[in-house]
Parts: sequence; C-alpha cells; structure tokens
Amino acid sequence: MSAAPRTIRFQLNGEPVSAEVAPHHNLVELLQRFGLFGARESCGQGLCGCCTVLVNGRAVSGCLYLAALIDGAEITTVEHSPTGELDAVQQAFVECGAFQCGFCTPGFVLMSRQLLDENPDPSDADIRHYLSGNLCRCAAYPEIVAAVKLAASKRRNA
Amino acid sequence: MNTKTTSGSQIGRSHPRIEARSKVSGRAEYVHNMRLPAMLYGKIFRSTVAHARIRGIDVSAARAMPGVHAVITAEDVCRVIPNPHYGPAFHDQPILAIDKVRHVGEPVALVLASDPHVAEEAAQQIVADYDELPAVFDEVEAMTSEAIVHEVLKPAGTFPDLKHLEGRSNTNIALDYRLRRGDTEAAFKGADRVFEHTFRTQQVLHLPLEPFVSIAEPGEDTITIHTASQSVSFVRIEIARLLNWPENRVRVKVPYLGGGFGAKLYIKLEALAVAAALVTRRPVKIAGTMEEQFYTITRHAAHLRIKSAVTEDGRITARQCEVLWNGGAYADIGPRVTQKSGFTAAGPYDIENVSIDSYALYTNLPPAGALRGFGIPQLVWAYESHTDMLARELKIDPVEFRRRNLLRNGRPQATGTLMKDAAIDRVLERLATRMSWDKPFDRGSGTIRRGRGIAIGIKASIAPTTSVAIVNVYADGSCGVYCSTVDMGQGSDTAMAQIAAEVLDIPFERIKVIHPDTDVTPYDMATLGSRSTFHMGNAVRRASEDARDKLVALAGELGVSAETTPISELFRKKYGMQAGNIVGVGDFIPGYVPTDHDTGQSPRVTPFWMIGGTGVEVEVDTETGHVKLTRLVNVADVGQPINPQIVETQLSGAAIMQLGFTMFEQMTFDAGQVTNASLADYKIPGIRDIPAALENEAVESREHEGPFGAKGVGESGTFGVTPAVANAIHDAVGVRLTTLPLTPEAVYRAMCAARGEPLEEE
Repeated sequence: MSAAPRTIRFQLNGEPVSAEVAPHHNLVELLQRFGLFGARESCGQGLCGCCTVLVNGRAVSGCLYLAALIDGAEITTVEHSPTGELDAVQQAFVECGAFQCGFCTPGFVLMSRQLLDENPDPSDADIRHYLSGNLCRCAAYPEIVAAVKLAASKRRNA
Repeated sequence: MNTKTTSGSQIGRSHPRIEARSKVSGRAEYVHNMRLPAMLYGKIFRSTVAHARIRGIDVSAARAMPGVHAVITAEDVCRVIPNPHYGPAFHDQPILAIDKVRHVGEPVALVLASDPHVAEEAAQQIVADYDELPAVFDEVEAMTSEAIVHEVLKPAGTFPDLKHLEGRSNTNIALDYRLRRGDTEAAFKGADRVFEHTFRTQQVLHLPLEPFVSIAEPGEDTITIHTASQSVSFVRIEIARLLNWPENRVRVKVPYLGGGFGAKLYIKLEALAVAAALVTRRPVKIAGTMEEQFYTITRHAAHLRIKSAVTEDGRITARQCEVLWNGGAYADIGPRVTQKSGFTAAGPYDIENVSIDSYALYTNLPPAGALRGFGIPQLVWAYESHTDMLARELKIDPVEFRRRNLLRNGRPQATGTLMKDAAIDRVLERLATRMSWDKPFDRGSGTIRRGRGIAIGIKASIAPTTSVAIVNVYADGSCGVYCSTVDMGQGSDTAMAQIAAEVLDIPFERIKVIHPDTDVTPYDMATLGSRSTFHMGNAVRRASEDARDKLVALAGELGVSAETTPISELFRKKYGMQAGNIVGVGDFIPGYVPTDHDTGQSPRVTPFWMIGGTGVEVEVDTETGHVKLTRLVNVADVGQPINPQIVETQLSGAAIMQLGFTMFEQMTFDAGQVTNASLADYKIPGIRDIPAALENEAVESREHEGPFGAKGVGESGTFGVTPAVANAIHDAVGVRLTTLPLTPEAVYRAMCAARGEPLEEE
C-alpha cells in the first residue's frame, strides 16, 4: 500500500477528468470515485461481466483493469447517455423484461451494444456466443436473447 | 374517483418493472454503491480449520500496520454485546468465534481501516493458534458421530415446536420432525409390492452476483443499518435483542438487492457491522467477496430414503420417508426447512399411510439455510425419481401412474390438511399435453439416444407469517406504498404498485413503492418462500381499500361525488390548498393450525399451495455420457398472475437456476475446506446452457384467498427440474442416477456399470 500515487488524465463519458491513483487500484474503484456504480465488482476474476467498462471503445473487465493504465484513454460506462434517453438496447431490455435483480444488466447492455455494432443482425447462436462471458444468476437469458434481437430491429429501423 | 373493486385494468398486465429505467442505465441503488463520511471498511479473518479450540489469536502484526484503525475479536464484541449469539431458529452463531471454531471460513476477527486494501492486507497478517478437534462432515455420520458440533442446543424460543430441544446435549440432531398418518407398518406388511430407494443431493450455494454487504452507522443512541437483506424486520428485532435496546433505536434500510435467493435472510454481516460500529463509534462497511459467499450460507446436502407400498394396478398405499439434512455448523433456518418442507416429503400423492422422519443435523461444514425452494427441490428429486422407478417397475406409463395417485382438491394431504385451490391435476395434464406424451417419440440412434421425463412437486407456504402495509395518498393524487418487502429482482415493487393502482383506480405511473426502512415501512416477516405476493399483496390490497374508503368518506363529507371528483380536488376542497394525506393501513396473517408434535397432523398447515411441474427431452451421448437438454417445459400453478411477463421470467429463471444444481453445480470439500470457492471453479448456468426450446406456462387457476386470485411463484419453477432430467436420462439409456449432480462422468460411469464394465473409482 506504500507505492506512490500518480495523477492520470482521461476522458470519462466525454468529459476530460483527472485522478490520483495508486498502482493497485482497479478501474471499478476509480469509477466509484466519480459516482459511477454501474460497473460492479462481483466475481473479482473477470468471469461474470458485471464490471464491464469500455476502454477506447472496447469492452474490458473493470475489476482486472488497473486504473493507472487508462491514462490518456477514453472511458465509457453504462451511465453515459449523450441524449439523456435510453438507447435501442436499453429500451429493448426494458420492453423484453431482460433482467430481474439488475446487478449484471449494465454488462449485458454494453456487450449487446458492442455485438450490434459488429453484427447488426445476429442470430440466436451469435448472441449466445457473444454474451457467453456475462453471467446472470436470475437467468433472464431467454429474455436477453429476445431483447438483443429486438434492439437489432430497432437499430435497423431507426 | 372511481371506487370499483372488480378486477380491471391493472391486474394481469405486463407492465415493465417500475425500476426498469434505473436498472438498464446502471443507476439503480444497491448497498454496494453507498459510502458514508468517516466510514471504515472491515475485512474478516476466517478460520482455516473445520473444528478446533482457539488457543490464541495474534493480531499484533495486523494492528501495527499503518492505516489500520482497529482489529476486533470476540472479546471486543462482548464488550458491546455481552451475549453475541444470534440465529432465527437457534441462538447458536457467535458474531465472531468464541473459544471454538466450527467450520472453515468462520469469522474469527475483523480488521478495520479507511482503505479496504489496507484492511485486507492486515487481515492476512493475523495468526490463530488452534487445538484441532475431531470433525464430522457427513449427515449420516453426524447422526451417531462422536464429534459433537455444539455442546448444548439453544433454541431461539421464537418457534414453539423447537422448545422441546432446549438444553439437549451430546447430539448433532438440531430437530427431529415426525409425521404419522394411518398405519404404514400394516400397509407394508399387506402390500403387493414394496420398493425402497436412497438418494443424495450435494451442497450448493445461492451465489447472487451482489455478494453480502452491510453498513452500520452509529448515532448517539441509535444504530442505522444499510444492508443487502431480504428480512429488514427480522434484522431490526434481532439486533435490538442482541443490544437489549427497544426496536425503535434500530433502523434497517434496504435499497435494491442484486439477487437474494434465500442467502440474504436473517443475520449475515449485520451483527458484525453493528458490533464494529459500536466499538469504533464510526460507520463500518463490510463488503464480502464472491469467495466469502461460499463460507456464509449454502443449500443443504441431503440424504433421502424413501419406501413405498404399491398395488399391482399402481396405487400407492403407503410411503415412508427419512430425510437427513446436512445443516452445517450453525442452524440458520435449517430446522424450519426440516419441518416446513419435511411434511411434503411423500409428494403430491393421495396416500393413506404416510410416515415421515426429517432430521436437521449439525456438521462442520459452512451453514445451510433456505435456497429457492426451502428444501423442496431436494425432496422432489427423491420422490419423483422414486415415483418414476415405481411406474417403470410396474410397467405403467409414468404419467398414468401419477394420475392414478394424484392428490386432488378436497382430499387430505399427509398432514390431514384438505387440499384447496391446488391445480396439481391441471399441471400434470398440461405438462403431458405440451410434451405430446401420448404421441410416438424419436428415441435417437447410434451413439445419440433420446429420452424424456417429467416430474411434479408441491410446496406449502410458510405459516403463520404477518405482513403490514401502509398506503399514503398525497394531495396531488399520487401515492406511496410503504412496505418492507424487498425487491431482489422478483418484481415485488411492480406487483405491489399494480395492486394499489387497481384498488385505488389510479394510474400505475402515479404509484411509488417506498423501499424497506424500518423507521418508515411497517413490519413484514421477510421476503422469502414465495410469500410476498400473497401476504404483502393482501396487506397492500387492504391498505389500499382502507385509503379508498377514507377518500369516499371525505367526498361524502365534502358533499361531492366520489366517482367523478379527482383526488387532488378532494384535498384542495378539504384543506384549501394542495395539502394533507389520506393514509390507509392493512395487515394480513392467514389462518394456521400448528402441527401436532407426535403426528405432524394439522387441519390447516398452509395458507396456500405452490405447484410446479417440469418436462424435459434429452439427448445422451453414449460415448461420453454428455447430456444435452433439447427441451425444457415448465408448468406451474401460480394462481392469477398479477404481471404475466414477470411471472414467466420467474418460472424460467427458477428452472434454469435449478438446472445448474442438477447438471454441474457442487461445492467440493477437502477436510471441510471448500476447494472450488470461486466462479472459475464453481460453474453456474450461462447463456449457452439454456435449452434450445424453453417453454413456460401458468395454468388456469385462482387462489381464492390471494390478492386478485394470485399466489407465490418464485420457487415453483425449481421443483420438477432435477428428477425430470434424471427420469429422461433413464428413459434414454436405461441408467438410474441417485446422486447429484448429473455430470457426464456420472452418466458414463453408470452406463459402464450397467453393462458390467464398471470404471475404477478415482
């Protein structure tokens, strides 16, 4: 715990920010200091997807990502909403009831968005494959598959 | 306002969850988010041995670490809480280990620091010196073992049927429950055929993705507890008892829960956080890790022996069940599981002679409590595997065999309670129809063999329990529902809002559900056992009716029409401005007659019955033992669904969770040490484990005492899954598995053994 903290600067949801971080701090802890709790540490091993954060547009496990490494990076969290409205994926999750307790939902939302950016019309198998790194103990998986398909059609028709 | 009481626009509607927006935007409130000024973080030092006397605990190195505020052991706890033993059934669990440890992972000391990393590192510097004692891990051995987990039994006194255990010593049996109906012995003597089978279930755990977390905040003469708990009223009463304070000095608040499933009931981290806050006079947060869940609370492993007498034409005339529940080192709610589930151990069948013995056992494993089903999934696994085995022995179709023996409304269950509003027959018939049971079935070929199986189970709601609700109509006509039901994902906030909106005839969007806060929301027994829709739903309905009656009376007093005058207008007329409240109160406690101690008989053992059935189709790879579920059908009696979409998700979510407990989940141990305490080693169902075809159905049904005909749904989807899969595996490849989980290795070994080429044990 003795290593010296250093100052890092990065873009957080479109805003330039800076923070003092110690070498052992992870990205989830850093985000909590900015009042962002949507990325959650659950398994602590990068296996459940609850801590998903976008670093330079790519999804990473925030619980395994050292905060110091994001110096100069662009960070996007589930809370980011340029329009203040829900996007197609979030709307589809609401309409399909694709969650119960909601603890894993931010990770699923971010991964589903990334999937649809890469593949605008995924099959059930594509969805299951892409989201296999996210766990939902409430097991709202059938609803999640339905929500991703609905979001895909919302985005195609937008 | 409109005063109609008939079911109208709100009930049976699939409103999106009331909190949907906050959950998809990551802004929903969990205890995990909360930080308080000057807060300390606590990290627990846990036992590394299963059973030992504590010779000494050396905390000096931890205490000396820069940044450590305090290190607390049982001695410090006793200064603020002289008798620090808690528990819902037995006062057997110390806040921190006193003199002895009884399982690996038991909390022994707590480090407090402003930086959680410092606390964690310091906790690793603590050294405990143990004098190890013989330990017992197996529930069968625990019945007669020399190793005794607790010197003396200490029932809490809350439950009259545990009082006879007071002061018993030299035993690991925490409860011996018995039920006797008819004369089983005579029936077995005169039986055409008698079959007996033994089954075992493994220890598994809840594993909500939000691990345990509690914050205690000391005031001048109060304590506030922010906690991820399913039972705020219990926490308040138990903490008040421990502190010898009146209830009103203890405040317990819960926002949303990141899953519960029965893990977050009673006291988990709350008492330790309170003790630490009182010792340090600072707010204390204790946030457990995923690994720590494995040491906190689990689902009972069980050993189940079941014996039936049957006639040649397929009538079950007698059934004898013996269930041993591995409760682990502390009773938690295990003795309730033993009794409240024990009495349905003979299944949803009309059997004249029944004998049940159900034992709660202490062992030196992590404690076991309630997990989605309260013991029922273990029982159904045994009786529905057994029932299928009887049908096949008698060469009667398994559905037809069940039909002949089914427990129908108006007939007495094993306790003597007459069945009512229990659509067991409809669940069976809908299952058979959906599975096209009477049609030819493709049995596969070559190395892929196909099979199908069904199973049905019943569960009694826990009784007697109380719920109280307050409905507060504000001066603009919007409304708050105050209840202590915790929304842990099951959608209770949404259901309660729909019920209030229906009674008050105001839009759903105008209702807010105020989260559990014991200073604000009234008493509720707990959010467990699928009781909330029925119990709290009735309380909210009554509170809403009370508010509606007061609004009608106010309209009368003002000489205006209650039918046509907007609520806001009533307040304006009464108070001359937007001011005032109308407060409605409602409570609900269903009728209940305690079971007789010697016979387990009661004319009214439960307020309502839950019924769940599952059908599966599987493909078994004969070269690997791999079992692929190609179809999973869940049918349940949930009464009238308040919100059909949420009901469906509850059914399918419960079934998928149980699928994990069926196919692969299993806590593994070495000398009491969990050897797979992480998500890397303990696999839970993921999105690729979902069968390609998954169907859910709530049968036509109405619970006459439920709010708008509704009853509980949270557990029903779990009941039939495990035996349905085992029955289907037998149907496919002719081997019968009697131990869980049903892994490819277990299937393959059984197939090898069946053809006379058993594989060597590891």
